[in-house]
Amino acid sequence: MSSRNAILDSLRAAQRTPATLPDVPMFDAGLPLALDTFKETLAQMGGTWADRSMDGDLDAQIRARFPDAKVICSAVPEVAGTRRIEDVRDPHELNDVDVGIVRPRFAVAETGSIWLSEVQYQVNALGYLSQHLVALLDPADIVGNLHHAYHRSEFFGANYAVLMSGPSATADIEGVLILGAQGIRSLTVIPAPRVRYPG
Amino acid sequence: MKRVDHVKASREFIGEEKHLEFHDRRLWTLRTLRDKAAHGIEEWEELRSLASGIKEHTLTHLADYLEEFERNATKNGVIVHWAKDAEEHNRIVHGILESRHAKTLVKSKSMLTEECEMREYLEARGITVVESDLGERVQQLDHQRPAHVVVPAVHKLASDVARVFAKTLGTDPDNNDVHYLAEAQRDATRPLILNAEAGMTGCNFAVAATGGITVCTNEGNADLNANVPPLHIASIGIEKVIPKLEHLGVFIRMLSRSALGAPITQYTSHFRGPRKGGEMHFVLVDNGRSARLAMDDFWYSLKCIRCGACMNTCPVYRRSSGLSYGGVYSGPIGAIINPTFDLKKYSALPFASTMNGSCTNVCPVKINIHEQIYKWRQIVAEQHELPFIKKEAMKVAGKVLAEPKLYRVAIKAADTAVAKLPRAFIYNPFNAWGKQREVPDAPQQTFRDWYLKNRKAK
Repeated sequence: MSSRNAILDSLRAAQRTPATLPDVPMFDAGLPLALDTFKETLAQMGGTWADRSMDGDLDAQIRARFPDAKVICSAVPEVAGTRRIEDVRDPHELNDVDVGIVRPRFAVAETGSIWLSEVQYQVNALGYLSQHLVALLDPADIVGNLHHAYHRSEFFGANYAVLMSGPSATADIEGVLILGAQGIRSLTVIPAPRVRYPG
Repeated sequence: MKRVDHVKASREFIGEEKHLEFHDRRLWTLRTLRDKAAHGIEEWEELRSLASGIKEHTLTHLADYLEEFERNATKNGVIVHWAKDAEEHNRIVHGILESRHAKTLVKSKSMLTEECEMREYLEARGITVVESDLGERVQQLDHQRPAHVVVPAVHKLASDVARVFAKTLGTDPDNNDVHYLAEAQRDATRPLILNAEAGMTGCNFAVAATGGITVCTNEGNADLNANVPPLHIASIGIEKVIPKLEHLGVFIRMLSRSALGAPITQYTSHFRGPRKGGEMHFVLVDNGRSARLAMDDFWYSLKCIRCGACMNTCPVYRRSSGLSYGGVYSGPIGAIINPTFDLKKYSALPFASTMNGSCTNVCPVKINIHEQIYKWRQIVAEQHELPFIKKEAMKVAGKVLAEPKLYRVAIKAADTAVAKLPRAFIYNPFNAWGKQREVPDAPQQTFRDWYLKNRKAK
């Protein structure tokens, strides 16, 4: 007998009394304003909220924030950067990226998370090989809690999806918090409404 | 198999006073942070009931959900394998790597691959295995098991890590700066990830309805391992399945809050299918789980989501460290899981508990840990696996506790003894309670005397 069938057979042979599946409520009564909670939790997770500069020039704002950056790889139309993600063929090409620019599809207030899949990244490694990441977020795209997040249809079509909450971090040595463990050293979220087409 | 002597092993750890003090404080901090996070959520107790209910439902329909998971994963382009035990798991992983001519495997932390002793198996066959989680890498380079399911090197001080990295990564042995050490590991690991032909992750949750898996990490290493090399292998314990995506809401809300007091891990990653030009394999592993499901008293331990809250809260774990448990799993959860693998070897572990029940109270999926510990004690005693001194002491205790009059005499005598006897007598080598701890001052009056005086007459 194959291991598959042997395992399934022994699980069925255990004959545990069937228990019913409980319904999961949305737990969303009286949630505070999503944007305020998001900013607060993002900061708790080590991320940075940066208001949009007065003149609205995102390229200039990002350059000012990362003056030493040589390679800025953009996956959004609003920022030109120095490299377009569309021109990247292989994830290994992203190892020299100083700053990656992405637009999460939505965000979660409760956990300060942004949601990204292969559709937003185009090359997933952009979110991990880059030294820093900047996310353009439409405040209208923030959902209240994780229950709402896990009802989003985008999850069902994505081969890869991440809830990213701040930069990579570790406290594995003596409990000392290090931002910039193996992945990005900082995560900056800038509010920027997405372009909405009428109709 | 040699029997694990938890008391002897923990004695070595207790001897290192600085380590003991830090370890106890650090884990108690995590427990405190967990409380703060849990108290911030009004529906916390309801979430625990839901999590327990979802797990219980899934475990009582496990074969059906595994078939659904396999069907959907296959539809998504994932190649699904089944392994009945550790050996088969290792053989499958090696087979995949060999057929793709992979020489280096970068992996994130997985208790299952520890359970399978996969690293040793692959390395004996010429594959370089790189643990990319910082704590796990420290443990790998120091040839030790992870001492904790969430913070693998929590028993080490920065000076210990400096010593390990100086020998293996060539860092300055006198530089104990944590930022310096973490940066050195980052710099050393990045090229290994870029040059690896294969990446591996574990799995926190497998969703039957989507055929995808969820991996919860903080360092970004799992996402690097899975998104940079062309091949991704995930090792999945068969008990990790949950029915639907919406159930993740319950578990993700509780996992990191229970573990570290954080609202979520930095990265909660969902892998459902291979990326363009890539290849993805899921290995579903039994390794004793189906046998555990058939154990009436212990199948509930399969609900475990490996948050480590029971370890952080346990006074015995905090003062003896994970390595003293001598198995892959340590702390209260280790005391009930390890004996299912090998009762003789791990017969001492159910006794590494004060039976305070705190583990059960913090468990996000409501495993009755301390009750299972008690059950294991009964089984160990029935199978005559108790050490002689414990057995004789327990016989006397059993007689005294069964007889109220004898008990009263004994308590009064003991209180007088603690108050009057010289230290050398109380802390003699036959009194296990006097070892490495201070016996509390005896009360002026027994509870019974107090009760008779203050309550009985009224």
